[in-house]
Formats: sequence, C-alpha cells, structure tokens
Amino acid sequence: MSFISILFDKKSEQLKAQNAESPPFFIDLNLDQVVDAIASKWSEYNLNPFFYLSLNTVDSIHYRHEVFKDLENELVYEHVKFFAEEMQKVKNYLKLVEKLYYQHQKEIWFLYAVEIYCETIKKFSGDLNSVQLKSRGLVSFKDYLQNYIKSKHFTSYYNEVKKLNEELAKIKYRIIIQNNSFTVQNYEPGINYSDEIEKTFQKFKQGAVKDYRIKYDSTPEYMNPIEAQILNFVAQLNSGLFSKLENFYKENAAFIDETIEVYDREIHFYIAYLEHIEKFKQSGLKFCYPVISETTPKGTGKEIYNYEGFDLALANKLNELSSVSNGKQARQTGNGKQVVCNDFYLEGEERIIVITGPNQGGKTTFARVFGQIHYLASLGCPVPGSKAQLFHFDNIFTQFERSEKVENLRGKLEDDLTRIYSILEQATSRSIIIMNEIFNSTTIQDVSFLSTRLMERILELDTLCVWVTFVDELASFNEKTVSMTSNIVPDNPALRTFKIVRRQADGLAYALAIAEKYRLTYSSLKNRIMQ
Amino acid sequence: MKAFLLFKDKDLDPKQILMQRERKPRAWETDEKLSLKQFLPWNEEALTKDLGLDILLSKMADGDNFLYETGKIIVLSSLTDAETILYRQGILNDCMTNEQLVRDLYRLLIDAIEKEKASHWWGLFSSPSSILHESLDKLKMFTEMLRKLRDYAEQNEEKFASEGFIKLFKTLRQELNDEYLSVIEEHFRQLEFEDGVLINAELGRGNKGTNYILNRPYEDKRNWFDRLMQKKLPGYTFEVSPRDEAGSRALYELRNQGLNLVANALAQSADHVLNFFHALRTELAFYIGCLNLRLHLAELNEQVCFPVPVKCGERMMSFTGLYDVNLALSAEKKVVSNNLHAIDKILFIITGANTGGKSTFLRSIGISQLMMQAGMFVPAESFKAEVHESIITHFKREEDTAMESGKFDEELSRMNEIVNNIKPGSIILLNESFAATNEREGSEIAKQITKALIESRIKVIFVTHQYEFAHGFFEKKMPDAIFLRAERLEDGTRSFRVLEGEPLQTSYGEDLYEKIFNQSLEKSSYQTQVQSSSKE
Repeated sequence: MSFISILFDKKSEQLKAQNAESPPFFIDLNLDQVVDAIASKWSEYNLNPFFYLSLNTVDSIHYRHEVFKDLENELVYEHVKFFAEEMQKVKNYLKLVEKLYYQHQKEIWFLYAVEIYCETIKKFSGDLNSVQLKSRGLVSFKDYLQNYIKSKHFTSYYNEVKKLNEELAKIKYRIIIQNNSFTVQNYEPGINYSDEIEKTFQKFKQGAVKDYRIKYDSTPEYMNPIEAQILNFVAQLNSGLFSKLENFYKENAAFIDETIEVYDREIHFYIAYLEHIEKFKQSGLKFCYPVISETTPKGTGKEIYNYEGFDLALANKLNELSSVSNGKQARQTGNGKQVVCNDFYLEGEERIIVITGPNQGGKTTFARVFGQIHYLASLGCPVPGSKAQLFHFDNIFTQFERSEKVENLRGKLEDDLTRIYSILEQATSRSIIIMNEIFNSTTIQDVSFLSTRLMERILELDTLCVWVTFVDELASFNEKTVSMTSNIVPDNPALRTFKIVRRQADGLAYALAIAEKYRLTYSSLKNRIMQ
Repeated sequence: MKAFLLFKDKDLDPKQILMQRERKPRAWETDEKLSLKQFLPWNEEALTKDLGLDILLSKMADGDNFLYETGKIIVLSSLTDAETILYRQGILNDCMTNEQLVRDLYRLLIDAIEKEKASHWWGLFSSPSSILHESLDKLKMFTEMLRKLRDYAEQNEEKFASEGFIKLFKTLRQELNDEYLSVIEEHFRQLEFEDGVLINAELGRGNKGTNYILNRPYEDKRNWFDRLMQKKLPGYTFEVSPRDEAGSRALYELRNQGLNLVANALAQSADHVLNFFHALRTELAFYIGCLNLRLHLAELNEQVCFPVPVKCGERMMSFTGLYDVNLALSAEKKVVSNNLHAIDKILFIITGANTGGKSTFLRSIGISQLMMQAGMFVPAESFKAEVHESIITHFKREEDTAMESGKFDEELSRMNEIVNNIKPGSIILLNESFAATNEREGSEIAKQITKALIESRIKVIFVTHQYEFAHGFFEKKMPDAIFLRAERLEDGTRSFRVLEGEPLQTSYGEDLYEKIFNQSLEKSSYQTQVQSSSKE
C-alpha cells in the first residue's frame, strides 16, 4: 500500500480538509474551546481544519484509531516526537537563513538545516524499523521513508553535507590586531600565553580562585561587522571550500520532500491531541476508543453508551485553575470543584434523553458532553470515558438558550422556531439534535404546546436527541424518551452533585432532599410524632 | 608555596574562608559556606560557654576580629597528636624569643593585603583589558612585597630555631630568588602588548570565530609584526576608519576576547599571590594572638609554661600552679592556683563546699587541656597531661528557668547528644550534672553514666554535690579513681583550693547561707573568690 496521508485513508478527504471551516454547533458545544486548547500550542501547523472535518466512513475513523494506538506505545511516540522536534529545528534554521544578512552565514546555517534534515530522516527511518507498528498509516509511511533514504537524491546531498562540515571544522586562522587595523592569515602554531602566565605564578596557588573570564555573547547566529569581515577573509584564504558551500546553498533550496512535509504537519494532529489529554489522564480521568455503530437499514444501531464521560472544555478550565491556584490534582480544584463524570446509555427503542432537575446542576454540561463525545469520535480520536459505543452521525444540530439581551420576546420565540424549523428540515435519522432550554421566552402553556409538537416531530425522524428542559412531562413522553435529572446533596440543598442520573422526573427530588434535611419526610415525621 | 606554621603538611584554611569573611564582612551572616562552624567541633558552643572562652579569645585578639576568629578556630579544634603540639610549641617559642621580628613580619603581610584591597576597583563594567591592567598593577605591587619577604627571610633566618620557621624561610629564599623575580618582570613588560596582539582562532558554530588564543609575543623586541609580514604569508588586512564607531567598538571587543584568557590567568595569578600572603598571615595570626595573651598575663604577674603532652592512654594529670586564666583576665588580678599529681587515674570526683572553687578548678583544667591541644602555653608553673581525642563539657545550666522536669530532660538530651559524638580517649568535664532531680535518682543516673564512660576509656572529671553518687564510687576503692575536695578551713572560710579528700556528707550550704544572709556580703561569687584569693 503506498502512502497517502497519516490522517486520511483517502486522498479525497485530505483535500476536503484543506478548506474545512468550523461547524455551526462548535460554540454551543464548547468545541471551539476544546479545539483551541488542543491546537493553539501548535499554531504553525495550522491544525484547526483537521478538527473541523468529521470523517465520512467508519473505516476512516479506524485508520486514525490505529495510528493513535501505535502512538500510545511510548517508544513509538518518542521516535515520532523526536522527528517532529527535529523538523521544527530545520524550519527554524531555514527561517534564520532568511533573516541573516551575511552571505557566508546564510550558507552555513542552510548547511546545518540540511544536515539535521538528513540525519533526522535517516534516524527516524531506522527508529520506525526497530518498533512494532500496526497502523496502516505508520507502516506505509515507514516504507515510504525507507525508499526515500535510498534515493540518489537523498544520498548525494547527505554525503556532500558531511564532507563540507568536516572540512569547515578544520579551518584555523590567526588574527593580528594593531591599533585600528587587523590582518587575517593562515594558521601557524604559537605559544598559548595564558598557559605561560599560569605556570609562572603556579607556586603561589593555595586553592581554587575565582574565574575572571568575561562571558561573551556566544549566540552563534549573531555576527558583528568585524566578525563578518574576518569571515570574508577566512573565506578568501579558503576559497575552494567556500565556493563549494556557496554552490550547495544555491542548488538545494527545495530539499524538503513534500510528502514528508505534509506528514510532519498531519502527525501533529495526533501529537496535539495526545498531549492535551495526557494531563487529564494523569489526574485519573479516562479516555477510550469508542465502538462506532452505524445505522442499519432497519433503523437499529442506535444503541449507544458512554461511561465516566466528562466535558473536555470544562476539565481544561478546572485544570488550569487548579494548576494556578494550588497545583493540586486536576480533579480537585482550588474552589473544591471537581471534574464530574457521568454515564449515559440508550437501549432498544430509546432515542431521546430528557434532562430535568435543579438549575446549576450540570444539565447543560451533560448535554454538551453528549455532543462533544460524539463529535470527537467522528474525528477518530479517543473520547472521554472508560468505555463507549457511539453513533456514526451525519450531522449534529444544536439549539442553545443564549443569554443575549432580548428586546422583543416575540422576536426571540420567532427566532427559536425559525431555527428549529430549519434543523428539522435538514436533520435525518442519522443526525443528533441537542437542545437546551428552548422556548424559555414564552408562557408555560406555550412551551408545553410547542415542546410536545417538537417532540412528535423528532420521534418521527427517529433522531438521537438530548433535550434539557423544565417541562417535566416531556421526560415521560413515551418509551423512546429517557428521563435523567440533575441532583443535589441531600444534607445541603445548596450543593449540587453535578451528577446526571436516570430518574423519574417528578419534580420532587429537590423538595424531598430539603425535607429530609429537616426530618420532615413521611417516615421521619411518623417517628417523631410517635415519640 | 605553603606556610606550614600550624601543621607540618597542611593548611589551616585551604579554602581561605577566613579571608572571605574579612573581605565581605556581612556576607557570612547569610552565606552558609562562609560560616565559621565548618572549622569548629560540634560542641563548640558548649565549650565556649562552659569554659568562658570568650574572655581568653578577646585577650588574644586585642580588638582584632581576624585574630579572634583564627584564635577561636585553633583553640577549639584540638590537636590529637603530641607531635604537632610540639611543632607548634617550637614555633611559638621562636615567636616569644623574637617577638618584635615576628610582629614586623605580620605587619608586612598585612600591608600587602591592605594595598591590594585598596586597589580593588573593577566591577560591573569590567572587560578583559581592564582586568588585565589592574591585575598587572597588583602583581607589580605584590612582586615588591615578595622581594621584601625574601629579604626578611635572608636577614633573619638565623635567629629562628624551630622546624616550622626554618622550613618557611628556606622556601621563601629559594622560590623567590632573583632569577624568578626577573622572569616575572619580563612578563610585565610583554603584557603591555605595545606592538599589538596575535590571536589564533578557529571557525566555530555558524562560521563564527571561536577558541581565541593569545600567542606569547616574541622575545625579540624589534618590530616582530614587520617580520611576520616579511614572511609573505598570504593575508588580508582591513583598516577600521576612526569614524566608524561600531567597527572600532567591535574590533576592541575582538581584542578583548583575545585577551580574555590571559587576563583571567593574570587575575587568578594575582589572587594566588594574595592568597599566599593571606595563608601566611592567617597561620601567623594565631601566634600573634598567643603573644598578645602572654603580654596580658605578664602584666598580672601570672606565669605560663609549655605543657608536656603525653600519649593518649597514659593516664596522666599532673600540674603545679594551675590557675583559671579567664578568672585572672577578667578580674585583672593574680588568682588562686592548684596543684595535682594524678597518675593512672581515669575518674576524678570533686566534692566539697559550695562556691569553694570547684567549678573554677574544673574550668582551669578544661581550658588548659584545650590550650595544650592547640599547641599553646598553659596557665601553670608546670603541666603534664594526656592528649585526648576530644574535650567535652557537660555543665549545669543555671540560667534555665524551665520547670525541674524540663530541666532534667534538657540535661539528658544534651548528654544524649554528647554520647552521639563522643569517642574513646576523650575527656569529659561534668559540672553538677543530673542534679535537677532528687538526689537518689540523680545519683543513680550519674553513676550509670559515669560507669559507662570510664569503661569506654573516657576520662571523667565530675564536680558534684551528690553525696550518694560520690560516696558510692569512693566505697568501691577503685585504683584509677581520685577524690578531690574544695578546702574548707576550720573557721568555715574557703581557701578556694582543691585538695585530695574523701567526699563529705554536707556541702556546707548552711555556712554560706549564714554568711550571705547575716553578714550581707557581696553576692557575686567571682568577686567573693577574688577578694579571698588576693589575701594570699
């Protein structure tokens, strides 16, 4: 199999990714934050478009899973990472060459860039051969590299680089400074005067003394005009070698192989993602490779689950907070907030999760997690959770209550309905719809009415849906709806557990907890009264 | 070149911490590396406090902090071999015979050090060429001082008899001969670089020049650059226009980079010479301290003598006219002295009247033991004693205001630390130890500890008023124990002498009570003692 891309098993997908733009649901699901957190550190690779394109086929997803799994082998990761870092150096050197002013400087730094490039590729090829690879992507790239380093193109300039470097390292010269002039000549041996001085006064030595050497700026890329002039003279004294160097610089401008350059960019999709999730793994959070289920002609295949999932955007925020505040474990932050993990599953005919319960209890987060996890799965990434089976959707639609100023309630409701209409127009039975507190801007009767209508439409579509609402009756609409509620800590109703669990929405959970706290529940009262 | 005035084969202060302390007077307060502690034994605080060493050290220093610190280190860092003790005694004897000459030598060394300090001006903006010039100036000054030092050695060598001084003067004469000094002066001439500098270099990273090595100028002073050019080596010359400021500065920097190693070598050489002066001065400082001390004691008509050190294990404690040097110095009077002749004794138990001179006696033994093991003279007419592995004190701490149980706890905790550190062959002085409890318990503990110590070949000198403890050992009739008692005359007055005698049941506290309460005498025990002693 010839190598196409480390990210895509089809050339056509790779081309699509070039112009991919952020999907409309990104902001509602906080996926914009997730992607920023992952990719911002690697801006020079322009990774964002890769995160904007859901993969079309399950096989494409597996193609990435394989690469991810190979990279989870520490040794493989180390090699891949080393290559990436060295390639970065090559690019930095080339940038430096652009900036440098003196010709002989440009030439030498160019030579260094090519040297690193050659050595890195050679090493990486050997490294990949020394480890066991299973992914189609890395195996075919390994083959590609092996052929590449055998090519005449590669070997010829690699040899030339080595020869030039060796000869340059041998150059010695001497400088004579007299008043305002200096002379550069070929090297001739002399007596090191500092040694002489040391010897003369050696007898007084009692012990170690201070080092009086002045540290000179040894930044090798900086050169002042006098140093440059000396270098010119040295080049004139060694004109044969320096003209070879000059030719090398002129003739090899495009030395980087295009396929390797593309690989270098694309592999960072994996590096960026793995490095991002590593800190969460360190703090005990889990990631897994989801089973991707596809819809069958009969309309089944929508049985999904995810255990111990969490909001990747929120986790990142809490992680940053905690590393700033007290450096404690990421799960436990300064203000006592934890990354809360939640489970969900849909069995048989179940399609719609209706979430009710006290506010500030993690309902919106739960809805986001549902969307995030599905989306990340469609990118072929490991997802938050210990175990997951997820649906291979064709699109995600979101409708979230925005806290923007509303001048006109009627206008707002109209907007909501327009938007929902358009969603229902586009959605298919393979879509996912996530709605959060819609229709809040109208009366309860209106909300009930509109929600019921909407529910009927969605059920008809057989679409997977998460719906956060305060309309309790939606939770028990029919056998296709599943009720989940947010919860409070019974002893202290002000505290939320941020756990969303399957439970009948009776509007009582909250009141019950308060009652228990004051021992006013039925059984408590009975005991108290009897005494 | 080494001074070797304190040890035959090593320096007192190889890292010259004492010099650094003197040059940066405040730095040592915060810098652990400059702490005096590293020179001192673990129990220096207890020794200083229990034996009252500050008085002795201040008199040695005469207000000079450097003398104080060197004195403190040497007095507290006991030698454990008789040979080095005798080596120092020889040098000290030379110093006493040639007092003025030795003080002159010390002055010469101080002069060199002070002149160097005064010329110290490079700082933040130093460059190799400024370092080079300043070092050159310093070395020229030092060379003059070295010449004086050598002349001093030549002129006075014959007046000194000790191994240490003879070796030192010989070294100075040989190492600083005329030939050597003229080599130095030739360097001084060449280091002016009147004809420019010649630097070898290599191409380094980024084709930048590196490994700049300055070549030694040719000895032939006739324009060697012309000669170089005549050899017709291919070369290219560039003249920087005087108006090109950046270029001139860059060329100056390049020259500096070339000079860097030489400037460093020269500055380090100046440091080496300074350190040599300093090493000599540091080791001599101890003897200057001894000379100062002797002058103070002579003013009080107090005698000193060179003690006879005896190998560790030969149980010996024999002295005549031993007095407490600190008591004499602080009272500025001649004080009571004691005699003792104890052979093959390992346990000394001293009992007797309160404020009868027991503690003073104990301290005088401790201080003299320390002074002997520092190579000093001792405050006695004669003194002969074992050289101990270490000298340790465990004194009752009167100032402790803690409750009795806490006090006893504190005493045992100190004893615990001692046991962690003590070695066989040591001497331990205990003063009213383990008495912060009832007599029975205190005696039992004292007995057990004492027994263990002497069985570990540790000499124990124990001042106690615990009758049960003292009497218990007396009853055993051990041949290697001796019992001493503060003398109490018939009329109840104290002579402050300590004589051999069996422990008695009472410590005459009643007498003392009577004396203080009914006759309202002065309360300071030191003053009481001095008054009595001056009656002699």
